[in-house]
Amino acid sequence: MATETLTLGKALNTGLRRALENDSKVVIMGEDVGKLGGVFRITDGLQKDFGDQRVIDTPLAESGIIGTAVGLAIRGYRPVCEIQFDGFVYPAYDQIVSQVAKMHYRSGGRLNIPMVIRIPFGGGIGAVEHHSESPEAYFAHTAGLKVVTCANPQDAYVMIQQAIASDDPIVFLEPKRRYWEKGQVDLDAPLSDAYPLHSARVVRPGTDVTVLAYGPMVRTCLEAATAAAEDGRELEVIDLRSLSPLDLSAAYESVKRTGRVVVVHEAPSNIGLGAELAARITEECFYSLESPVLRVTGFDTPYPAARVEEEYLPDLDRVLDAVDRTFGW
Amino acid sequence: MVLGRRFDTQATALTKQGRLAVYPSSRGQEACQVGAVLAVRDTDWVFPTYRESMALVARGIDPVDVLTLLRGDWHCGYDPTAVHTAPQCTPLATQCVHAAGLAHGEAYQGRDTVALAFIGDGATSEGDFHEGINFAAVFKAPVVYFVQNNRYAISVPLSRQTAAPSLAYKGVGYGVPSEQVDGNDPVAVLAVLTRAVEHARAGKGPFLVEAHTYRMEPHTNADDASRYRDGAEVDAWRDRDPVARLETYLRARGVLDDAAIAEIADQAEAYAADLRTRMHEQPVVDPLSLFDHVYAEPTPQLIEQREQVRAELAAAHDEEGDA
Repeated sequence: MATETLTLGKALNTGLRRALENDSKVVIMGEDVGKLGGVFRITDGLQKDFGDQRVIDTPLAESGIIGTAVGLAIRGYRPVCEIQFDGFVYPAYDQIVSQVAKMHYRSGGRLNIPMVIRIPFGGGIGAVEHHSESPEAYFAHTAGLKVVTCANPQDAYVMIQQAIASDDPIVFLEPKRRYWEKGQVDLDAPLSDAYPLHSARVVRPGTDVTVLAYGPMVRTCLEAATAAAEDGRELEVIDLRSLSPLDLSAAYESVKRTGRVVVVHEAPSNIGLGAELAARITEECFYSLESPVLRVTGFDTPYPAARVEEEYLPDLDRVLDAVDRTFGW
Repeated sequence: MVLGRRFDTQATALTKQGRLAVYPSSRGQEACQVGAVLAVRDTDWVFPTYRESMALVARGIDPVDVLTLLRGDWHCGYDPTAVHTAPQCTPLATQCVHAAGLAHGEAYQGRDTVALAFIGDGATSEGDFHEGINFAAVFKAPVVYFVQNNRYAISVPLSRQTAAPSLAYKGVGYGVPSEQVDGNDPVAVLAVLTRAVEHARAGKGPFLVEAHTYRMEPHTNADDASRYRDGAEVDAWRDRDPVARLETYLRARGVLDDAAIAEIADQAEAYAADLRTRMHEQPVVDPLSLFDHVYAEPTPQLIEQREQVRAELAAAHDEEGDA
């Protein structure tokens, strides 16, 4: 079994390479994805090996990238579009929510849009404005789109391939601050046997408090769980992985045991994923809850300047504080 | 064109009868609507807007399927892949980028498909017009952008859309050959578009055509055109009626006589009568169809919501039975 240690970024690169090898209809397109290999090098070396017709440097125009990919998808291609940074996706927002999301519905199921929109998201890398945002709620709110995010190299490698193989359009959020973190990746396991794309996963079992997170916050929560264990509290950490559709079966099962829930995300709290999670858990687990569902999130501000982003981002202390508060009811 | 106009008149009547939710007429634009479709092959792809109902009928699509959108049965009544025609675009200019992508993909497969994107004068102000034509130019994608400049975007005149000397002028900045044509002259429209399509098919990249025409009717049946344009202007364009002009031309050439005109009129009446009959049938739309086709692979949440509505309908049905 070929298991290698890869960074999350390299795991994505390897997954994209696999997809290009396995399906001639897969094309990668975006700004600087060719010779440069993308600003984060996620497409590094792919144009060299697959040519400039399959790894396409496009004009600098996000709506154009997504819109031309719609045209390609109508004729059976599987476009994988890279949006360079989260804060640059909005010029393409109309194409994504009005065209990509609705084409299958409008056409009565006759046109599939098997497109993947890759977006590096979240903060923590000291970037300037428009480079650190968490826009997942905009897309998860939109019928017709699916939204997933990976939190470790193994999932990055598998999930990007599963997303490309899906016949539905998928917004694939990549936790950019975790691109350089390493993990074991099984490169040989067949995709057909892989853990389902739209399923959440318990990444650390525990008995006292259920912690729900995704993307860059999964690691933060795992670190919080390690720290909590030293204080004698066992946190069960669930990586949601799929933000639309949400798979909360593991969360419900967990909450019915623990009675306490903390939801963690970088995006602002107002009308965010955490609100949806809290509502559903309350509906499903009302009589099991020992305390309200608590949220640890970014604040309801624009993403701040790099010098103060550490104050904005949820961290281990804030997660542990929320865990403590679940015992105060 | 006579048939297209009769279709258009019938659709307007169906709207007044409440059988269509809304109808955007293309009366006065027959030369553009029919000429453009005649310039492409069945295997080429057409990207229409909501005003292209007449063009879709000219393309041979069943008029009932064309009116599905406007009747509110579904968002698109025809199979886009079967008739090589995208669903009608309502937000405007969004189809410009789709056409570029589709044409590029076809060329990459070695096929000689051309994409014909319809747009109006107002839509040339949209960002996607710019992005689409620019992508097509950079990729040398075989797209013909056909701008029907009918002088108004609902109420807003051309002078509020652009300061460019013409809309064709916009193509110059993208390195795209661009021409203007009298959009009420069907022979000219067909000639210019045929050349544009040949240019694209030959692998020379996109082509922009601006046709000068006029929307004789309001934007839709819900619009009041008298608020923004005067009768004298409309009358001046009525004198350039494309159907009358073609008739005059063909009569002068000796290829059309009263008998032929009567026969064409009869055909158009029969076509309208058939459409009327079929549109008078009340369509049965399954309420549960609202959940269909959101995804290729439905989500658990949608299956749950569908079940909720199914149960509500079943309960309502039982109550009716009891009563």
